Amino acid sequence: MEKCKIAFPRFGNYHIALEFLFTKGLGVEYITPPPSTKKTLEIGSKYSPDYVCSPFKFNLGNYIEAIEAGANTLVQTGGVCRLGFYGELHEQILKDLGYNVKFINMSRADYQKPLTFYEEFKKVNPDLSVKKIASSLLTFLKMVECIDEVEDFVRQNVGFEKKDGEMEKIHEEYLNALKSVETKKDVKKITKEYMKKLKNVKLKKPKKLIKIGIVGEYYTIMEPFSNHFIEKELAKKGIVIYRWMNVSNSVIHNDGKKQKKFIKHYVKYYMGATSMATVYKALEWAKEGFDGIVHVKSFGCTPEIDAMPVLQKISNDYKIPILYFSFDSQTSETGIQTRLEAFYDMIIMRKEKKK
Amino acid sequence: MKKAYLGIDIGSISTKGVIIDENNKILASEYLWTEGNPMDAVKRLLKVLESQFKKKTYKIVSVGTTGSARKLIGAMVNASVVKNEITAHAIGTTSLYPDVRTILEIGGQDSKIILVEDGVVVDYAMNTLCAAGTGSFLSSQAKRLGVEVEEFGKIALKSKKPTNIAARCTVFAESDLVHKAQIGHKKEDIIAGLCKAVVTNYLNNVGKGKKILPPIVFQGGVSKNIGVTKAFEEATGHDVIVDPNSHLMGALGVAILARKSKVENDFSFDIVDMEFSTVGIECQKCANHCEIICVYKDKKMIDSWGNRCENGAIPIKK
Repeated sequence: MEKCKIAFPRFGNYHIALEFLFTKGLGVEYITPPPSTKKTLEIGSKYSPDYVCSPFKFNLGNYIEAIEAGANTLVQTGGVCRLGFYGELHEQILKDLGYNVKFINMSRADYQKPLTFYEEFKKVNPDLSVKKIASSLLTFLKMVECIDEVEDFVRQNVGFEKKDGEMEKIHEEYLNALKSVETKKDVKKITKEYMKKLKNVKLKKPKKLIKIGIVGEYYTIMEPFSNHFIEKELAKKGIVIYRWMNVSNSVIHNDGKKQKKFIKHYVKYYMGATSMATVYKALEWAKEGFDGIVHVKSFGCTPEIDAMPVLQKISNDYKIPILYFSFDSQTSETGIQTRLEAFYDMIIMRKEKKK
Repeated sequence: MKKAYLGIDIGSISTKGVIIDENNKILASEYLWTEGNPMDAVKRLLKVLESQFKKKTYKIVSVGTTGSARKLIGAMVNASVVKNEITAHAIGTTSLYPDVRTILEIGGQDSKIILVEDGVVVDYAMNTLCAAGTGSFLSSQAKRLGVEVEEFGKIALKSKKPTNIAARCTVFAESDLVHKAQIGHKKEDIIAGLCKAVVTNYLNNVGKGKKILPPIVFQGGVSKNIGVTKAFEEATGHDVIVDPNSHLMGALGVAILARKSKVENDFSFDIVDMEFSTVGIECQKCANHCEIICVYKDKKMIDSWGNRCENGAIPIKK
């Protein structure tokens, strides 16, 4: 049997944790797809239906670039929106294109029964060891949490660096260091070390901070290339950026019941995918007196479209401005810049008036 | 010498310029077509402004640019302020109408709504998808109907029974318009219908979810069309104010911002005779292939942009 070389689409910085899980836990080789670029999106768009949400196109581009880098087994996750159908369609498209690859579609597994995941992966490595998976899974989860923790810190402080680019450099070094961990203890140690470095970066923070929260659809909010690096663009203007949506909060520490209770005046029924969390965080930040909220989604994302009227209501009730972005494979950079600039100007003018 | 400030608004279809004094009084103004060449349009604009302007009494000490070519023209005229058109429009309008609550703006290819409270922008939106319901849509339909777009408003007012035009999409609106004409609808009814369709489209796409409160000010090139203004009044149930300078608000706003910036940069009308050019380079340093634009003044590079990362930065040789 040919040696299994597995790949999963790019998604924020999680490829580092995934590589660990696949190599150490499942004992297979992992191919990290090259970072998403314009070319990735071009390849993905070329072979995707035009009207499909853009994460599908990015994923497909990642797959093809991963295959070119040597991958022969691809993994797609399940999901509670169109994402649940991604795998099947990706597999079919790649097959039609003549790629001879194995496809592990997690939406075939049953989330209620963890053993079904095991069955899926047993197909690629018959010698799977439950014990090994269990121990590396714990390290994997810790890695995800640490990646998120560090990102949160960077997001909230990077706009105030005295010397531009310092944090980004340390962040990059951290992610590189993380690639060589063996145990959960290593993860903790490295994270602690780099958090200290990040906290030592000299900042110049004004007394009154501008706080903006980002909400929105799962992929677009977490994959910076797909949202045109919106967090970085905003932070550069001297803004503290908050984002709750990440894998730690949405999967590892899911508090769905709490969310539903918190937003019951606005949302009566479960609205699907990330929309509940979108409303939840928007409401919480509105109540906390944030200066603004930015909502991002891929063009045509139904659950997030449903969340928009609720956001408009929150915006009216709490007098908090909300900026809406819909990203597509054909989004113009100028349009984004114009809207971001105007949003920033508006917040500054509102703040000056309040004085 | 008294101080004066120049504001230039370079849109997709038209280029606007105003010169104001310390009290925001307009000393000179011009409006002309961009014709797909913003640098040339600005040269033509400056020639006209220069002829209207008393060079012996006033000196331009600061320039502001706005509109979709703001960056390019900002580099060309050495602007002290380069501002997005939403902020510029809001500043311009609130300087004349401090009580305004809603600004409706329809330009050549984009349209926006700006909500104002006590002179401060509190919310805004811009069209995102399609140009249906903007100026270029109206002018292309005018051409099809064989009338001047400037005459549109007057003709629309003659209609007693505006035709319903399905205007969700520009292309389909055109087929519906042809269809309505072929089955015998009167030209004035069709034109009135088009004006109404512009308003419906605007309110559905740009104004959705926003409370439109009076006083309402309508501006941008399309505000010159009285048929559209009337349709807005009918749809909102309020009076709609159109300033005689409604097409110049962005330029006025950015001139005011240049004045307020206190930054003074040398400006000379001589740039009309200089040679400006741009060169587009596709950066080959990674797979992003950023399109980098370099701006040259008399063959010397003065600015460049478009690179996403430092690797693509092109240093300016001094």
